[in-house]
Amino acid sequence: MTESKVLSLNALSKRFGSVVANDAVSLDLHRGEVLALLGENGAGKTTLMNMLFGHYMPDGGSIDVAAPNGEMQPLTLGHPQAALSAGIGMVHQHFTLAENLSALDNITLGSEPLFALRRDRAGARAKVQGIMDRTGLVAPLDTPVGKLSVGERQRVEILKALYRDARILVLDEPTAVLTPQEADTLFENIGAMTGDGLAVIFISHKLREVLAFSHRIAVLRHGIKVGEIATSDADERVIARMMVGEDTPVTQRDAMTPGAPVLTLSGISVRNPSARDSLTDVNLTVHAHEILGIAGVSGNGQSALASVISGLRRPDSGSIQVDGDEILNPDPKTMIKAGVGRIPEDRHHDGIVGAMSVAENMVIERLDDPEVQTNGLMNRSAMAANAEKLSQAYDVRGPGINARARLLSGGNIQKLILARVFEQGARLILANQPIRGLDMGAAAEVSRRLLEARAGGAGVLLISEDLDEILGLADRIMVIHDGQLTEVTSRNREDIGLKMAGEHT
Amino acid sequence: MIRIEPRTAPGRWMTLGVPVLSAVIALALAAIPLALAGADITVAYGEMVKGVFGSVFAFSEMLTRATPLMFTGLAAALAFRAKLWNIGAEGQLYLGAMAAVAIGAGAVDIPGIFLVPLIVILGAAAGAAGMAVPALLKTRFGADEVVTTLLLNFIILIFVQMMLEGALKDPMSLGWPQSAPVLDQGMLPQLMPRMRVHSGLILALVLAGIAQFMLARSVWGFRLRAVGENAAAARHAGIGVNRSLFGVAILSGGLAGLAGVSEVAGLKGYLTADLSPGFGYTGIVVAMLAGLSPVGVVISALFIASVFVGADSMSRAMGVSSYLADLVVSMSLLCVLIGGFVARYRITRTKTAEGVA
Repeated sequence: MTESKVLSLNALSKRFGSVVANDAVSLDLHRGEVLALLGENGAGKTTLMNMLFGHYMPDGGSIDVAAPNGEMQPLTLGHPQAALSAGIGMVHQHFTLAENLSALDNITLGSEPLFALRRDRAGARAKVQGIMDRTGLVAPLDTPVGKLSVGERQRVEILKALYRDARILVLDEPTAVLTPQEADTLFENIGAMTGDGLAVIFISHKLREVLAFSHRIAVLRHGIKVGEIATSDADERVIARMMVGEDTPVTQRDAMTPGAPVLTLSGISVRNPSARDSLTDVNLTVHAHEILGIAGVSGNGQSALASVISGLRRPDSGSIQVDGDEILNPDPKTMIKAGVGRIPEDRHHDGIVGAMSVAENMVIERLDDPEVQTNGLMNRSAMAANAEKLSQAYDVRGPGINARARLLSGGNIQKLILARVFEQGARLILANQPIRGLDMGAAAEVSRRLLEARAGGAGVLLISEDLDEILGLADRIMVIHDGQLTEVTSRNREDIGLKMAGEHT
Repeated sequence: MIRIEPRTAPGRWMTLGVPVLSAVIALALAAIPLALAGADITVAYGEMVKGVFGSVFAFSEMLTRATPLMFTGLAAALAFRAKLWNIGAEGQLYLGAMAAVAIGAGAVDIPGIFLVPLIVILGAAAGAAGMAVPALLKTRFGADEVVTTLLLNFIILIFVQMMLEGALKDPMSLGWPQSAPVLDQGMLPQLMPRMRVHSGLILALVLAGIAQFMLARSVWGFRLRAVGENAAAARHAGIGVNRSLFGVAILSGGLAGLAGVSEVAGLKGYLTADLSPGFGYTGIVVAMLAGLSPVGVVISALFIASVFVGADSMSRAMGVSSYLADLVVSMSLLCVLIGGFVARYRITRTKTAEGVA
């Protein structure tokens, strides 16, 4: 095996202040191998890859990369350029493409000499064509990237790395934005690439695809590599136990009879000229004691739907009823007062004011409440008591209620938001990607709370790009595609996946 | 190789110590041109200290100089807390001053107990109106307030010059472009006999105290901080972002207007087009140096006024140019900006790969 080794990370360590992001992590990668890097959020996966790619300077350890002749050579740390020329390519979760340039231009951008008189476009095209033929990664080369689908853009990103003769490819959560079918295609392409000798590291949360497509699995927990296992020896339970150190609790969902409608959208349309995020004649009803799951690939109108229900955006047409009352002038305050609890998609950006304290963030949605203020002055003792109570009840852990909210971890920020939403006795809970990016413990807690709210008589509208999450929680499922909603009666992954891709069967 | 990384959490001594250290470094740097100007540094800084603390009169002069800076500093600090970049305090100051002479220089002849509050209120209202325009343009049309407030300064100054040549011109001024003086009973009471320091200082201190309390304790302050720190989250939580911005714009303009009132009705007595040597802009430095805290504004206004007054007095005693005072203030701003950067980011030297091996 040693001859075929292409990369070895030797005891890499990285600290951020008092937080140890990576503690002496060692990892080997071989020619033609697909290594899955697993771990809960905050386990240190991204930090490790950022050190590999030169974005971060390790506090300790070294990296060796195989030269084209197979000889292992130390990599200059902290220089992305050195990583690139050593044949390491990285595809980030958020693409780094210029939307107004063609796919071909994006692929060649940055690898051309700065002061050349003439660009060898024909040569570049032939080289890209060759890569496409070999790997099956096909993308329209002359179309501006802004007009490509998400899956095509991802292929452009990968082609860009391969065009620079990458021999090691790092994919950061590559399937997060893809339909199940697109994801399968991607993994077929990866199979073809590794046949050529490319080594791939992919970061993922989805155990199913890790088991299906990797050769070897490395698991990180709290910055330490806790295990490495050949995929053939692994199953979901084994990996989950390695990730969290215990068996994951299975969410228990009791059957319930839906009650009266708590949210009715009739004929809601939102036109958005600049982006794909619009809605066309959306009708839906969420009942008490019911979780309605909205499945779909990101960017098909989920944000618009959530904005309308949050009150952030007035629909161009249609009506909204909460608990039987028509909402005439929807704005965030009216929606909160009407009993809509909102768990925003981007919890750092929309959910909390990071520079303000945990206690302040816990009352931010009810500043008019006489319990919170007296004659325009904040009632500080009541605010502290409220924060202590909620932190206890919702297990919000952090440096304390007077600490800035941004010091909390992602899971604890989400618990803070849950506490805020549930304490107001919301009739409808809008949960937009409530579990994304959370570690398994926090994710289980969120699921439990949503089911608890449902049992308590609230209706839940769950928007998620993770089909497993929807299948696990929702009583009814609708698929959003291109701003339109369709109800699905089947709970078959394949059927839902096809609807998510916009195929009408 | 030098790398820059954000600090996870700036420590307490960082937030408190960095501004002070910046001021010390600014004074140290200012010593270089002083030395080049041929002055003995220790004597020069001694004269500077004497110029501020050497006598009751010197100290009162410093307080007089600090008063308008407190108002404009508060105007900048409050607006900046909401991320509303009011660069127009200079113009709003002139609007306040203009309102003060328009009402105070004989338009109404009523006892001081009524006239003084009237002047103060109308002056603040004029400044507020001056900031309401850019605030409306921002909240309605998304016009960048940095551009609108900055450009309004020049428009207002030209308007002031026009008024001083026209409607507000003092017929007794022998042709000088200056306004008629504010009536004696309309002047803000003096604080000490035979000194220029006036009760505008008390007003500034009281307003700074109120602002500090309201920011920390009131619902209004809560909303303001939320809007400034994360407007998206504030909006999501049901806070009227535009309403908060408009409200703080009015307050900020009003405070800047009071700087003009205090200079005209507290000190000069009449309005000229050179009433303010850039108090509006210096207020931004004051606010930044104070870390946008109202009580901090009082302290940093005292510091900057000390530098101005001290350097003035030093230049007279040593025979060097008084522009050195401006230099020290400019250096303070630069040092504070760099200091703020140091407080937020960690700069580390790293070895290259050969050293790591």
